[in-house]
Amino acid sequence: MTGASSWAGWSSCRNEPFLHDRGAALMEFGPHLTLALIEGAVTAAVLALTASGLSLVFGVMRVVNIAHGAFFMLGAVLAWWIAQAIGGHPAWGFGAALIAAPLMVGALAAAADAAVLRRLAHDPERTIVATIGLLYIIEQVTLMTYGPEARPVVAPFNARIALPWIERGAEGWQVIWPWGFGTTTYKLAVIGAAMAMVAGLWLFLARTRAGLVLRATQADREMATAFGIPVAKVYALTFGLGAGLAALAAVLIVPIRQAHYLMGGDPLLLSFVVVIIGGLGSLPGTLLAAVLIGLSDGIISVFFSPTLAKIVATLMVALVLVFRPQGLFGSRPA
Amino acid sequence: MLRLDEVQAGYGRVAVLHGVSLVLEAGEILCLMGRNGAGKTTLLRAIMGLVPVGAGAITLGGARLDRLPAHGMAAAGLGYVPQGRRLFAGLSVAENLEIGLMAGGGDDALRDEVLGLFPRLAARLGQRAETLSGGEQQMLALARALCLRPRVLLLDEPTEGLQPSMIAAIREVVAAKRAQGVAVLLVEQRLDAVLPVADRVAFIETGRMGPVMEAGALRADRSVADRYLGV
Repeated sequence: MTGASSWAGWSSCRNEPFLHDRGAALMEFGPHLTLALIEGAVTAAVLALTASGLSLVFGVMRVVNIAHGAFFMLGAVLAWWIAQAIGGHPAWGFGAALIAAPLMVGALAAAADAAVLRRLAHDPERTIVATIGLLYIIEQVTLMTYGPEARPVVAPFNARIALPWIERGAEGWQVIWPWGFGTTTYKLAVIGAAMAMVAGLWLFLARTRAGLVLRATQADREMATAFGIPVAKVYALTFGLGAGLAALAAVLIVPIRQAHYLMGGDPLLLSFVVVIIGGLGSLPGTLLAAVLIGLSDGIISVFFSPTLAKIVATLMVALVLVFRPQGLFGSRPA
Repeated sequence: MLRLDEVQAGYGRVAVLHGVSLVLEAGEILCLMGRNGAGKTTLLRAIMGLVPVGAGAITLGGARLDRLPAHGMAAAGLGYVPQGRRLFAGLSVAENLEIGLMAGGGDDALRDEVLGLFPRLAARLGQRAETLSGGEQQMLALARALCLRPRVLLLDEPTEGLQPSMIAAIREVVAAKRAQGVAVLLVEQRLDAVLPVADRVAFIETGRMGPVMEAGALRADRSVADRYLGV
């Protein structure tokens, strides 16, 4: 893995050097913690979206999609291409990418399901090997066409927001504005957008007929077939939806990070961490674990080191695997 | 109505059914009986398209079923209640029924009609299917199939492990559907459970059809049943 794709590179706080040097010296604990929480929330929000796709695909299809990170990467790369093609104000290019990139990635994933996974009868073991092949193909085609460079997508808006803090001084409680204590409108928008999209996903699954069909297929594929559900089409839709969610997360994060052909490794790994802790196939578990991992990553990275944050995440996975192998919200196999 | 001609079917290279032929008429309850492993469940699964048919033909009202995809059987008019119920466990009672209604193009009126047959389910619409009692789960499995408005009901041991009151309730519903012209292919293990409701009884042994008898004749002489079912 290159530096651009190293695990430590995914957390958005690494783009904020003041947190680790000047900010740490100037700010008190409270503001420092608040900043860490904001950075962690950005990571958690994007991770929740990415991991939801992975969890959905496993839950409905029982396919462990190793290519999920490649679909994430493809979303970011397509966002760059679309933004370049549109030109003009960054908002136009970003807006177009936000719609088109997930649709394109979703369509590609659905086609890959029909062309490859369906021929393997969605066998859990053989599809692991097949998705490793997909990952390799997508990465190499991207390298050949997009190149090895990391390229930025300009955020549609990115105003700096200074945050106030309340402190007790000689004249009692007063509002102060610590230097470096702030965030950007874009980061707050990423958190809000990811939350809205995850809520939308939940509503889709819980309140729509299409969501009911997905849940019935997840519960019993054969009975779903007996009750008129075209399972092959449902699988293609699910695989496309899962990849589309990863691409959506990538488009949101690409103005903070840069698009690179190897950037999918970290989201894939962290998504697996999240779904293992939350329980494979459980959306509530996935969301809770994403918040847990995202916030702990933000806080530990800011106060200690990103390496320690990864050690803690790994320990959490190990503890879950030992004491509750089905995950926090997963059900035990019958 | 439902006709099987020389049907061969199995799992992979293992053939389970060897040239099975059977005719089921509208408004009839035909019970299929045989020892464990005789091929009863495989026969129902073959009709539903869940087991590939290697040779022969399955028709419903003259239309070939064995050429349809498995997910087309519900729309063609087949309602299936599998062995072990196999409800959509994480879904509520209402959602399980909704799946049936969606497949059969049913509406709220049909839903109310089906719930009228099973008042216990009407009181548990929001409850997850997996939390129902065994009898209630069986009622839901049958109700879900009835939401398809089926022309043929395939029931695989629907009374297995149920208490007598539940068995009576399910029998009553099946008999009511027969009276409305629905054809019922019923798989059962126990002759006592079959004779009160069946019009005819067909025996199957190691994937080959045995005799098909009128239920009345079987009541008078159980020797054939003893031969095919053992003691």
